[in-house]
Amino acid sequence: MAGFRNALPLIIFLAIGFAAPLLAVIGYSFMPERSFGLLHPPTLENYAAIFNGNSYISFGWSLLLAVLTVAFLALICYPIAYGLARVFGPWAPVITLLFTIPLFVSENVRLYGWLLFFIKNGVLLGTLKSVFGLELESWLFTRPMILLGMVYVYVPFMLFPMTLGVSMVPNETREAALDLGATRWQVFREVELPLSMPGIVIGFLLTFVLAVGAIAEAKILGGQTVIPITHDIEIAFTYAQNWPLGAALAVLLMLVVGILVLFVLRRFDLDAVLGRR
Amino acid sequence: MEGMSRSGRHALIWAWTIAVLVFLYIPGLCIFLASLTASRYFQFPIQRWGLDWWRKTFDSIEVHQLFKTSISIALAVMVIAVVIAFFGALAFARYNWKGRSIYQKLVLLPIFFPQSVLGLALLLWFNAIGLELSWKTAVFAHLVWIIPVVTLVISIQVYSFDPALEEAAFDLGATRWQVLREVTLPVLLPGIVSGSLFAFLLSWGNFPLSLFTTGADTTIPEYLYAKMVAGYTPGVPVLGTVSTLGAALLLLGGYWLIAMRRRQKNSREGS
Repeated sequence: MAGFRNALPLIIFLAIGFAAPLLAVIGYSFMPERSFGLLHPPTLENYAAIFNGNSYISFGWSLLLAVLTVAFLALICYPIAYGLARVFGPWAPVITLLFTIPLFVSENVRLYGWLLFFIKNGVLLGTLKSVFGLELESWLFTRPMILLGMVYVYVPFMLFPMTLGVSMVPNETREAALDLGATRWQVFREVELPLSMPGIVIGFLLTFVLAVGAIAEAKILGGQTVIPITHDIEIAFTYAQNWPLGAALAVLLMLVVGILVLFVLRRFDLDAVLGRR
Repeated sequence: MEGMSRSGRHALIWAWTIAVLVFLYIPGLCIFLASLTASRYFQFPIQRWGLDWWRKTFDSIEVHQLFKTSISIALAVMVIAVVIAFFGALAFARYNWKGRSIYQKLVLLPIFFPQSVLGLALLLWFNAIGLELSWKTAVFAHLVWIIPVVTLVISIQVYSFDPALEEAAFDLGATRWQVLREVTLPVLLPGIVSGSLFAFLLSWGNFPLSLFTTGADTTIPEYLYAKMVAGYTPGVPVLGTVSTLGAALLLLGGYWLIAMRRRQKNSREGS
């Protein structure tokens, strides 16, 4: 029972701070339009409004951008994760630290740095103009720019779980496969990839979930080219002053994310991913 | 991949990693450059360099207040998060108990949750129970996300902890409190230090949770965002640089502390 006793404060806190707010959101999503209390008779009109409206476009963009972010990050991070687990040796902690530092700076500030980089007369275009006499149009406020921002922000969330996964592959197994005449490619496909899968899948999941909830990239770097679902939700809560509609959108987003997370996490032995050295 | 030698492959991995690191630090560099201009608007190459905006920013009373709010929130979050997460991590990784596997997944849920939605959910919840928003509600909001992260960080340390140490101390007649103070805490200290750093820094840089839960109080990330959207001055990059450098220094300091302690321990064991 010692385990439960130690877990108790955390469980109580999450009940008040996580479960209860989610119930509040669900409650609000059934309240009549533009009401601010929870004591009205429940109604389905918010959901009806969403299914008859064009929120599906925002949902589609959010999901598409999240899938693309995960795909790019998988390719970008795998070599680095491999390096951290096998190649960098004594340098690995320092490199890990360098990848960690940006995590602690507000996302907005870092994205603003990209704005200063890409803006007309900014660091990139200003340099091109003064050194090479090249005058180019700025690429800001385009869709690829949003993707660049998202890939940039979520690097550590893909990298660290992936590194845990790659470290789980025992060196002996790789050596044995090579000794038995497997090519590098075969070792990668038949040994390394399957054995590091738990970490990789956690990285995919974490990045996907965070990317679906992303909002700052589209606002700061994307202009108004894409409105992600989180922006729709925020508008409902702020300008439109329609909390029940925002709550209903949030419930739908939570459903998509929650089902995915529960489905994937259910099959995981977390002790194996986190504990093994 | 096929014909390449081992060292060639390793060189490629090094080069790729360094390229990605450069990519990660470009925005920080741009912000730093933008803070060094003497003119009102950012233009590159910079025509007139100057530190005027640094002085102006540090003299501003508004900025002092921002620092006070942000630091108060981050310190409160750090202390509360580490205490709850310490016991939470023992339950996560040390003890075998019924329900542990469900508990582990429950702890992860808030991490796997879009933060902006979490912030709104907390806003609705505070409103429903009639709490007035201030920096204190922001502390609560940050904790919902940060306690699980810190629990994971400390858990990784707990996994490498040998429970036999505690049992030996009990066998020698130590009380529960003595075992906690003399055995468990010192062994887990590196995990606790990195957990504290994570808690402080994640709270320091958080925007999506603060946005909906601070009420009339303003944190640095909130202020910067408001200024970016409307009313840019070079004070924005100054404040951005300061908060970035502060985070980096704190992290390097903490890392150095852990490394020093490990070296000390090793030399003590060696002699």
